Amino acid sequence: MTASVPAPASVPVSVPARLSARRITLAYGERTVSTGLSLDVPDGAFTAVVGANACGKSTLLRAFVRLLRPTAGTVSFDDRDVTRWRPKAIARQVGFLPQTLTAPENTRARQLVARGRYPHQSVLATWSPEDERAVDEAMAAAGVGDLADRELESLSGGQRQRVWIAMVLAQETPYLLLDEPTTFLDLAHQYQLLALLARLRDGGRTIIAVLHDLNQACRYADHLVAMREGRVVAEGAPADIIDAALVREVFDLPCVVVPDPVTGAPMVVPTP
Amino acid sequence: MNAAPARAAGPLVLRLGRCSARFERRTAVVTCALLAAAAALALAALCRGDSWDHPADVLRALAGRGDSVLVVREWRLPRVTAALVFGAALGLAGAVFQNLTRNPLGSPDVIGLDAGSYTGALIALTVLAGTPAQLATVSATGGLLTAVVVYLLSLDAGFDGLRLVVIGIGVNAVLTALNSWIVLRADLDVAIAATGWNAGSLNGVDWRDVKLSFLAIGGLALLLAVLAHATRQAALGDELAVTTGVRLRRLRLLSVLAGVGCTAAVTAVAGPVVFVALAAPQIGRRLAGASGVPLLPAALTGGVLLLAADLLAQTVLAPVVLPVGVVTTALGGCYLLWLLYKEVARP
Repeated sequence: MTASVPAPASVPVSVPARLSARRITLAYGERTVSTGLSLDVPDGAFTAVVGANACGKSTLLRAFVRLLRPTAGTVSFDDRDVTRWRPKAIARQVGFLPQTLTAPENTRARQLVARGRYPHQSVLATWSPEDERAVDEAMAAAGVGDLADRELESLSGGQRQRVWIAMVLAQETPYLLLDEPTTFLDLAHQYQLLALLARLRDGGRTIIAVLHDLNQACRYADHLVAMREGRVVAEGAPADIIDAALVREVFDLPCVVVPDPVTGAPMVVPTP
Repeated sequence: MNAAPARAAGPLVLRLGRCSARFERRTAVVTCALLAAAAALALAALCRGDSWDHPADVLRALAGRGDSVLVVREWRLPRVTAALVFGAALGLAGAVFQNLTRNPLGSPDVIGLDAGSYTGALIALTVLAGTPAQLATVSATGGLLTAVVVYLLSLDAGFDGLRLVVIGIGVNAVLTALNSWIVLRADLDVAIAATGWNAGSLNGVDWRDVKLSFLAIGGLALLLAVLAHATRQAALGDELAVTTGVRLRRLRLLSVLAGVGCTAAVTAVAGPVVFVALAAPQIGRRLAGASGVPLLPAALTGGVLLLAADLLAQTVLAPVVLPVGVVTTALGGCYLLWLLYKEVARP
């Protein structure tokens, strides 16, 4: 069964994290979401951030990608405050896929994917051979090569989501953050997407995704970050930290934790 | 330089050294067609006098030969050039604000910037001496202040959505009332000048009047061309714009300044010419089949529209020459109704 004592983080302390938050306070106007939050994102791993609705997981991601400026503390990449990077330079390191996505009308799939190249372009160089290659590769990796000339409005939800993924892949960032990327997908497409993220991790990228489904997170992520009310309650390898007590603490859900019959990862079975 | 298509019907790619650019084929075709239409209309407008001159005579006069050099080069050419340049400026201003608000109704004439510029111009006319420089600066200030007021009032929703447009329509109504009040309080001769001007007119425009405006519009168009790539990227939404490296706040500030500047540069000379800024970007977008609201088709469509409207204004009730604003208002009213209907019907 699973370990019931909190285990140390799955990543050796000696490896310094490139992306990290140090004692940050996050707030929307008067409403404070997190206070004194610290997190090191393990390099080269698939990290899943889990927690109940409104626990501050999306907010944390927004702080990592400069969409929300901490009122205290710093988010840094390579030991430098992310807000002090030149915007295009940090955008070549850290990519982000928001939860709600809207493209302008009449946008074709390949046009959209090409926009992921923005941080690699300048006013006078808006389409280099390098851009061409990156877009082709990204579309192939996301499995949307054959949709290139289709308008976005004509695609199914699953296809559209993969085109958006291709767009952030074309950005060719070593770090890729995704806010609930599986939300609008049916079950089969959810697993396809998670498998794609795992492949990207195998290819050397660092993935950080907010995920709703704890079992999917346990199966695909190397590193789990469990949050509640703006705090990190536990973090580490799924097998090391997931147990009935943690799930009850994070989700207020009574359950038993059994090994997943396919992968052996912890599987949460609610006991209402 | 080579111009090689990436694939059968793919975009045109131009590369020269480290510089590169990509055009959608259809945008390129539409651009050429609009340029041809502008040239044809311009020639027609240059031929138009009390009677229609032969195009060959007009072309000769343009080259500086023949009897009608003065008429063509000094009387008709300024008006035709002004229609094209002002139309392009209005098209650009409309595209800028429609991109910023992500709403086809978010155009400077609808959200009160024209009315604000006109308020500035009225103040320059009635309180100050009304020199061209004063008209230009005070009307630009009026437009800018209006933009600030509209922005502050809709701050909750940011620059996005119908809210800004609705608030802008309100501000527009208030300013229109204010403008009427200023005209009523003004001396009779100033009031008559101001009222004629309120309709937006190119009657009697000559080179001296437009020099400053043309310079300003040229500079602002250049600025917008530099910003075009970031503007296109910002159409993906604030979040992706920021995380792909757009300096969003700077982009917005410069875009608003350029959009207000274009509107004011036109208003200072011709008075508020409505409808072009509203319709040209959307017509250009549909013609080009482009995603987002591209700037170049908007500018070209604007030039063609305003020149066509001005030709109509001179021809419909000839020998009476209408202010071009009357024609654009009549056409624009119908378009605005249709657009409002569509916006409200949108889920």
